[in-house]
Amino acid sequence: MAQVLMKDLNKKYDEVHAVKDVNLHIRDKEFVVLVGPSGCGKSTTLRMVAGLEEITSGEITIGDRVVNDLPPKDRDIAMVFQNYALYPHMTVYDNMAFGLKMRKFPKAEIQKRVQEAAEILGIQDLLRRKPRQLSGGQRQRVAVGRAIVRHPQVFLFDEPLSNLDAKLRVQMRVELKRLHDRLETTAIYVTHDQVEAMTLGDRVVVMKDGWVQQVGEPLELYSRPANKFVAGFIGSPAMNFADVAIAEADGGLWAENPGFRIKVPAARAERLRPYKGQRVTLGIRPEDLHVASGADLKEHTFDSTVEVVEPLGSEILLDIRAGGVPMVARVDPTVRVKVHEPVRLALEAERLHFFDLKSEAAI
Amino acid sequence: MGPARRRRRTFGLLACYAVIGLFVIFFLFPPYWMALTSFKTNQEIESLEGIPFIIQKGATLKHYQDLFTKTDFLLYFWNSVVVTVPVVVASMVISVLAAYALSRLGFAGAGVIGTAVFLVYLVPDSLLFIPLFKIIGTLGLLNTKWSLALVYPTLIVPFATWLLIGYFASIPRELDEAALVDGANHLQMLVQIFLPVAVPGLIAATIFAFTVSWSGFLYPMAFIFSSDQQVLTAGTVTSLIKGDVYHWGGLMAGALLACLPPVLLYVFLMDYYISGLTAGSTKA
Repeated sequence: MAQVLMKDLNKKYDEVHAVKDVNLHIRDKEFVVLVGPSGCGKSTTLRMVAGLEEITSGEITIGDRVVNDLPPKDRDIAMVFQNYALYPHMTVYDNMAFGLKMRKFPKAEIQKRVQEAAEILGIQDLLRRKPRQLSGGQRQRVAVGRAIVRHPQVFLFDEPLSNLDAKLRVQMRVELKRLHDRLETTAIYVTHDQVEAMTLGDRVVVMKDGWVQQVGEPLELYSRPANKFVAGFIGSPAMNFADVAIAEADGGLWAENPGFRIKVPAARAERLRPYKGQRVTLGIRPEDLHVASGADLKEHTFDSTVEVVEPLGSEILLDIRAGGVPMVARVDPTVRVKVHEPVRLALEAERLHFFDLKSEAAI
Repeated sequence: MGPARRRRRTFGLLACYAVIGLFVIFFLFPPYWMALTSFKTNQEIESLEGIPFIIQKGATLKHYQDLFTKTDFLLYFWNSVVVTVPVVVASMVISVLAAYALSRLGFAGAGVIGTAVFLVYLVPDSLLFIPLFKIIGTLGLLNTKWSLALVYPTLIVPFATWLLIGYFASIPRELDEAALVDGANHLQMLVQIFLPVAVPGLIAATIFAFTVSWSGFLYPMAFIFSSDQQVLTAGTVTSLIKGDVYHWGGLMAGALLACLPPVLLYVFLMDYYISGLTAGSTKA
């Protein structure tokens, strides 16, 4: 058990500045997910914690030790790789025992720990097999088993589920969460899948181009994204964006666009006032849109045309266009609309998001 | 499968076998002729009426008898073994370490050095043996079989290293990283994880090293003049070609026996070579 501290962490390759001034405090027993598109520096950050990548500048502390110059074996970490990286010439048992053998554990202790881990992961019957005789899901379990037998201070996961098929991925995701609850070991988990990030992480770190964009609990990222990138990255389907002009009329602020005109709720008006007469980006989550009824204020509704209807059973996704702006609305499964027909939509004004056009920071 | 497709498939198979058959004949003809000649009597070998491709006047083991009793063939054979074993071992140790360092340790200039190593291999033996003669002389190793044990690795290591660099590149890096995280140091990882996975590549390099050392002709010819130090290749030839008299029967018998160790080695190692040992390690 240990906390992990990253201070002004940087990684430069010859041409590329892969990780830029990353500062993170991962608390003891916490499950932190690094998420972002490929090339955002999340894996590099993880590999620096593992000691597989040299640190260009900055400092990493695991527990109370600065580990910058320690080789991986002395950092007391265990890592699960995307492609499993099982030792092909060894049995499952030997794969899991390897780390303990290297650390000169007594044979009986090794056996006990491997058995224990095998039971947790439900792979007791596979211990005599070689990796090539296992399915993808089983291999991933062995890879996790190899990590947990060591009882390390920190688990590092590098996209461990991305090689599995969709169904298995969901199943393993739940198992990993259960495993973390049971083992209570600090974990750093890298993924490009925002659903994995949201479901697994106690806290989520969103990265882009080597910079940390935002750190926060999943729902915090969802409801209060720090910038347009985080807003668009977290949530599925992604947030709708539209360029709007901010204008003052009838004693309030309005967000205007050729297709719609929406009144800014009073609570948001104060922060938007400096942008009066300027353009900003408006963000609306698909789930904050619904088909307008008499109960909705007229100033929070707008007309649109339906382009595609995607019935998912529990909900319907409407791909609509309002004044040239394409949007997705997530509506009740009972809604009956036809393609190419107009539909009037209403939005949850309290949950609108505004972003500076240039800096893209949330307003 | 429709009849048309089946017919096409049958035709394709036949074509394959025809081509393979041609290759088999092409490659097996020389050893066949060699074997045949070694069992013919001198009379038949030299007879102008004889047909070269079959034995007409009875087979004989006389050439083999003479080889063992009238020449130092067994001594040459032993010398070849004594030279080749340490050469293969030393070359492989050096090549493996060099290839591992060049392909995995990622130090500055590794790529350039890797290419340079290969370029060294392109320098022909026939250019090297004169300066090497001088060096061997200075070291006091002229006319000893140990001169070969010293020189052969210089021929083998560059190519074997280059070959292994290529093979090592195909081993997923996560495998060594997993071992390093698991607590192994570089040497433990190399011996316990990396080399077992690299066996097919190691076998290819070993076969190459063995072949170079076993079949080398120029260097023993140049460096060794006494019969008791001579190795198989040069020894057989020098003792069975007297002036312009070629003892074809004996030469062919000697050549055939000299072929046996490499053939046995190939047969023995091929099974390992072909079975893909990395299967199951990673997703791909």
